[in-house]
Amino acid sequence: MSEKLVVIGAGMASGRLLEEIFERAPGRYDVTLINAEPRGNYNRIMLSPVLAGDKTYEEIVTHDDAWYASHGVTTRFGRRVAQIDRAAKTITDDSGEVYPYDKLVIGTGSNPFIIPVPGHDLPGVIAYRDLEDTEKMVALGAKPGAKAVVIGGGLLGLEAAAGMAIHGVDVTVIHLMPTLMERQMDEAAGNLLRKSIESKGIKILTEANTDCILGSTELGVTGVRLKDGTEIGADLVCMAVGIRPNVALAKEAGLEVGRGILVDDGLRTSDPDIYAVGECVEHRGAIYGLVAPLYEMAKVLGAQFAGDEAAAYLGSVTSTKLKVTGCDVFSAGDFADAEDREEIVFRDASRGVYKRLVLKDNKIIGAVMFGDTADGSYFFQLLKDGEDISEIRDTVIFGPAFAGGPGADPLQAVAALPLEAEICGCNGVCKGTIVDAITSKGLTTLAEVQAHTKASSSCGTCTGLVEQLMAVTLGESFEKNTVTPMCGCTDLTHMDVRKLIVAQGLKSIPDLMQALEWKTSCGCAKCRPALNYYMIATWPGEAVDDNQSRFINERVHANIQKDGTYSVVPRMWGGVTTADELRAIADVCDKYQVPTVKVTGGQRIDMLGIKKEDLPGIWADLGKAGFVSGHAYAKGLRTVKTCVGKDWCRFGTQDSTGLGIKLEKALWGSWTPAKVKLAVSGCPRNCAEATCKDIGVVCVDSGYEISFAGAAGLDVKETEFLCKAGSEEEAMEIIEALLQLYREEAQYLHRMYKWLAAVGMEHIQAKVVEDLESRKALRARFRYSQSIFQVDPWEERAAQGKDAHEFKAMAEVA
Amino acid sequence: MQVIQSDWVDVGALTDIPVRGARVVKTPLGCVAVFRTAENEIFALEDRCPHAGGPLSNGIVHGRSVTCPLHNWVISLESGEAQGADEGKTPAIAAKVEDGRILLDRTALIARAAA
Repeated sequence: MSEKLVVIGAGMASGRLLEEIFERAPGRYDVTLINAEPRGNYNRIMLSPVLAGDKTYEEIVTHDDAWYASHGVTTRFGRRVAQIDRAAKTITDDSGEVYPYDKLVIGTGSNPFIIPVPGHDLPGVIAYRDLEDTEKMVALGAKPGAKAVVIGGGLLGLEAAAGMAIHGVDVTVIHLMPTLMERQMDEAAGNLLRKSIESKGIKILTEANTDCILGSTELGVTGVRLKDGTEIGADLVCMAVGIRPNVALAKEAGLEVGRGILVDDGLRTSDPDIYAVGECVEHRGAIYGLVAPLYEMAKVLGAQFAGDEAAAYLGSVTSTKLKVTGCDVFSAGDFADAEDREEIVFRDASRGVYKRLVLKDNKIIGAVMFGDTADGSYFFQLLKDGEDISEIRDTVIFGPAFAGGPGADPLQAVAALPLEAEICGCNGVCKGTIVDAITSKGLTTLAEVQAHTKASSSCGTCTGLVEQLMAVTLGESFEKNTVTPMCGCTDLTHMDVRKLIVAQGLKSIPDLMQALEWKTSCGCAKCRPALNYYMIATWPGEAVDDNQSRFINERVHANIQKDGTYSVVPRMWGGVTTADELRAIADVCDKYQVPTVKVTGGQRIDMLGIKKEDLPGIWADLGKAGFVSGHAYAKGLRTVKTCVGKDWCRFGTQDSTGLGIKLEKALWGSWTPAKVKLAVSGCPRNCAEATCKDIGVVCVDSGYEISFAGAAGLDVKETEFLCKAGSEEEAMEIIEALLQLYREEAQYLHRMYKWLAAVGMEHIQAKVVEDLESRKALRARFRYSQSIFQVDPWEERAAQGKDAHEFKAMAEVA
Repeated sequence: MQVIQSDWVDVGALTDIPVRGARVVKTPLGCVAVFRTAENEIFALEDRCPHAGGPLSNGIVHGRSVTCPLHNWVISLESGEAQGADEGKTPAIAAKVEDGRILLDRTALIARAAA
């Protein structure tokens, strides 16, 4: 007589299990299948194509009534199992029907996790789990102007959002984390994904925390309110924040349960006659929500039931693909950075492609791809097999077409390209044209090739390819021009990067790293501050000012000292102060027990030894006395040192103090490539030491002598003469234009004298002194930038609580 | 009476720390720096660079490393070891994230007294 097998749940795992059993041990079991959903097995992962309208429900049914009948399966659909009686070996469903079993399989799957915010139980709040949910989302599209909010920017949430958008629904996705699909994507890929999703007209709010769902039992859902007070209107809210194994039934029956139903390698629960399979299972500490592991489990359990007791499930390595048209995403394995890991990054900016392999001991342990996922299965296979890729390492990122081919040498890959292969996309130059030019004209340098063919003369991203091509064509005689790249994250120089930021309109660090094919996923402490400066200097008000890419001093607006305390230097315009100001400083020193007070070389007062958490309080007190930040910590305008000038001095020729104050009021708050110090002296005796400053003015009877590019630090340099101005106003205009040109052209951390050495005096004089239109335009750009950045950072933090997290410990543990 | 304490101390929410940033947790034995990477991983180290004691919580976080604000030593967030040619190690404290909360290993927090 055949054994009685009862299967609870007709999900994807149990469907596959039944196929395995009937194939390997036909007739051995008398099967009863009970399912809470009013239907049999269908391919649940194809719900997204059903939602998108690419498939119908009928097309995704995996087992129909005829199939069940032909295998003698007794089906009970739309019935919930109420109880398992392990002693009697029977189960009872909600209609009271009792089923005896010899063997029982629990395949109850998982439940969507519903965040218990107020309003979560309103009509119109759904999960994305079954056909009913899918049908509700499709139906919403029929309503004109329908709006939906999807909570959760993971795999399921994005598929739901994209599906509804296809039906014309106005969709907003709200996601708690800063990056979409953060468990599968790194930041770079997540950023590309976001753009791609947004291009479908879907709005995305990241770092958005749901406070409550608005609406009433009568009206249903009307919207969602976030913790920051934002309200978003919605006719439907889809919660797709995760799933939890459905263990209620197993738990009630007294089976051992952790996060899921605990099973051994034979998928047996703590009761030897009861098995569990699928998403409800916890195996070796892992739970799975993807189809591949479920099928692997079903296969093992099928073998067990067919009598192969050695069949064992050993856990699965999983990979993910997003089923949204136009968003090709693939991720597998562990792709976090770590010291014992290396990464290979490939970016093709023009095609929007990003691929990253994470290696450990010459084996691929993780892969993330966006835009072109054709090689996903190839990498996934290498990952699962633990293949040593040292032999093919140089070309593995190009996929199986290159890896292990004629040679694992990038030069050979270039040599193997056909003559008509395009090398330079900007200028449409193919390999044949370049090779011809090299051989027929005897070109030997990159500059010559650029001049003759235009290849790599625009965006420069193909420079490496052109050089490889030259190496292949010229052989030993080619010596690569040595340029110093910005850092290990790129082959581009600082100047290349500055030009490309302008040419390509790059306004955020993730965009830049993708467009310029950065070799690391999030840069380093060398490139990030430089990139941040270049972008905010180029695109004031448009570029994202990334605080986390700034050095600590610019992040907390004070100077870090050797013991981790800070120093505070308020601005003293032109070095002039008053009794009230000095009193306010004295009061702060008493109140906060400032250990050291010192006069600086820039004519102001430095309070040293301040605890970080005291900074906002000190700034508040100083602010009441009218002080603003002195930016003593900034790659920006520091001080304008002055002498007393003609108001007091018997030799003074002009109001040097007054001009110094005017200059400081015009220039303060500006970010520059390196620190900028000015001085104005009232006569050639030069008591303000103006001729060793970045910009110095020496007043004479007939006007103002302006010189620049001095220094008195690592290098000591006397300033070089720029020009003479006849009036204060003319001097101001020239100095603002000069500072702006420096801001636009210099390499990060280069003071003015290095910039002068790089570009030459003629160039600067032409733009700032001779060409009046250019001077005016430079000044206008400077003033525009100042309209955005001339904000007292101390006031923002002391009074408005900006960046409060920087100054407070997150917790105290006793 | 025996006081039973859990092995993990809840020090706050993941979102309390900026991405690619750090915050400190004060303890009687000195500050612990808690880092959040671009990929939302959490690590905790003693807030002292092995070189000159610089507060690592104030450094720039990149990949799974932090660059010390005082002299640019690069320290591994996982092991606390100095990278590159520099040698030295900062004690690491086990940390994990559960349901958006950051948990630090209580035993490791206390054991630092011996270090």
